[in-house]
Amino acid sequence: MSSREKILAAVKQNQPPLSPLPDISMFNVVEVDIASKYTDTFTGIGGQVFAVTQLDTIKEIVPEHFDTSKRIVTTIAELNDIAELISANVDPHGFEDVELAIIEARLGVAENGAVWLTESVMGQRIIPYICQHLAVVVYEDSLVSTMHDAYAKIATEDYGFGGFIGGPSKTADIEQALVLGAHGPLSMTIFLVK
Amino acid sequence: MKSTADHATLAEKFNRDEERVDWHDGALWWIRQKRDRSANLTPQWEELREAASAIKSNVISNLHDYLVQFEENLTKNGVKVYWASDAEEHNQIVYSILKAKEITQMVKSKSMLTEECGLNEYLHERGIDVINSDLGEYIQQIDNEPPSHIVLPCIHKKKEEIGELFHEHLGTEKGLSDPTLLTRVARKHLRNVFLTRRAALTGVNFAVAETGEYVVCTNEGNADMGAHLSEVQIASMGLEKLIPERKHLGVFLRLLARSAIGQPITIYSSHFKKPRPGQEMHLILVDKGRSTLLARPDFRDSLKCIKCGGCMNTCPVYRKSGGLSYHNTISGPIGAILAPNLDMQQHADLPFASTLCGSCSNVCPVKIPIHDQLYKWRQVIVKEGYVANRKTFSMKAMSLTFASPDIYRTAGLTGRWILNYAPFAVNNKFNPWYKQRDMPESPKQSFGEWYKKNVKENNKDA
Repeated sequence: MSSREKILAAVKQNQPPLSPLPDISMFNVVEVDIASKYTDTFTGIGGQVFAVTQLDTIKEIVPEHFDTSKRIVTTIAELNDIAELISANVDPHGFEDVELAIIEARLGVAENGAVWLTESVMGQRIIPYICQHLAVVVYEDSLVSTMHDAYAKIATEDYGFGGFIGGPSKTADIEQALVLGAHGPLSMTIFLVK
Repeated sequence: MKSTADHATLAEKFNRDEERVDWHDGALWWIRQKRDRSANLTPQWEELREAASAIKSNVISNLHDYLVQFEENLTKNGVKVYWASDAEEHNQIVYSILKAKEITQMVKSKSMLTEECGLNEYLHERGIDVINSDLGEYIQQIDNEPPSHIVLPCIHKKKEEIGELFHEHLGTEKGLSDPTLLTRVARKHLRNVFLTRRAALTGVNFAVAETGEYVVCTNEGNADMGAHLSEVQIASMGLEKLIPERKHLGVFLRLLARSAIGQPITIYSSHFKKPRPGQEMHLILVDKGRSTLLARPDFRDSLKCIKCGGCMNTCPVYRKSGGLSYHNTISGPIGAILAPNLDMQQHADLPFASTLCGSCSNVCPVKIPIHDQLYKWRQVIVKEGYVANRKTFSMKAMSLTFASPDIYRTAGLTGRWILNYAPFAVNNKFNPWYKQRDMPESPKQSFGEWYKKNVKENNKDA
């Protein structure tokens, strides 16, 4: 008998009688001002938020806060005059020197500040993790209150890879001292578009 | 690698440095407080715990079908699936995957399962070098020590000791101990590791039967750096990591980081579903005692664990004895109920490393009755004859004393007399209670005597 058959047979024999799945539809939080809740949460976890009304404003903010002499990449066509468009077909190792990546989120979650990204908006899976600084464009109407609402929106979408990112990478492994910038980005910025 | 000394002996060693014990105790209690603040800020927190526990009950009761469904979906998604009964088989599978691609170096993110399997040592003996990329695990690896905590692997180390290790292994300036500077050095060193490794292995936090995707949670971004730069991606998971549907991730991701460190969500919650073009994805389903645990009705709920470490941070015994005293990869209260299932003789001491105060059960996000299981394991272990003679004798003496009112009264009287008039008889090294403790001052009379006197007098007044 293969290990697969052995394991499955043992599990079948030893598992207890069926216990029903609970109803999880009662976890509803109605936010009065979801944008300010999102901003407060995200700022609280060490990120910065810029409220903008149009994408062009981002072009003014970027040079003020980031080193534009270094490599900046994006998947947003409107920003192609300040950043290089990411090619989906090149070796991911080639993005090692990216200073700033600007990508668009599918949605943002007010309770924890996280944004949901799939590989289609990342350009390449490695982009939001390998860049030194990450900036994400979030449209206000894509904000949801909780993770339950987020998954209700994601529903059965098919993707190869997707991820929630909730702030700059961090560690507290050395004496519980919080250090931003462990292996991923040193900082994370949200451009919250009205 | 496994130590033979028991928890009490190892804890005694840890307790010799009182200042360090206080510091360790305080650091973990601070994390427990952060967990409380975060839980209190979350509406319907208790309902969330209840829901998580019920979802996991369903998983345990329908594990066979979920495993088959998960495997089917993984295959559909282009992921190769393997089944391993034990550590040896798991390690062989990883080795064969790497060997087929002639890979001799691998980067690994945090995985308690592969720690338990001794994967690094197994691969090292076969000429394959593995680097742990989680900062805490990396520090433990260069110090040749197992992790002392499942979420905070080097919580027992002082920054000066870490600075010394970095000086020795990464060539930093002697005396450098600033956490930010040390982290920057590790970042630079490990970035080069990520960029040069063809294979990356990750653990799994949650696996979704409905979609065939699996979720890996980190704060550092190390799992993603390894996985997205690799041509061979391997995931190792215990059978119990399954959850039925994608929407259930909402419940668990809300609970995990809040329970672990008081953070609203881990920085990275990555959902891996299909390999990138040109990449191979492999997933190993590991039993290693899980199907046996399923057959123990009193203990099977421990399979609900989502490895948040909350029970360790709150445990007075863990905080004051350190994770390494548990001589098991998973330490603390949860380790003490998981370990006897794997080897009752070797881990017979662990369920006794508890005050049964119940704090662990009160913080557990999936409501495992941990202290209740600790108590039940003690009974099984004594019945099976795995407990030290000294403990069996004192327990028998105790049950005799509590069973007879006469013996109980005499014992109390004798005890109080000794504490008052001959304290040297108990304040010595032959009494394990005297270690790290002062014996209490004894009252002049027992409660029984006090009650007789006062109640009688009160009755007279009335």
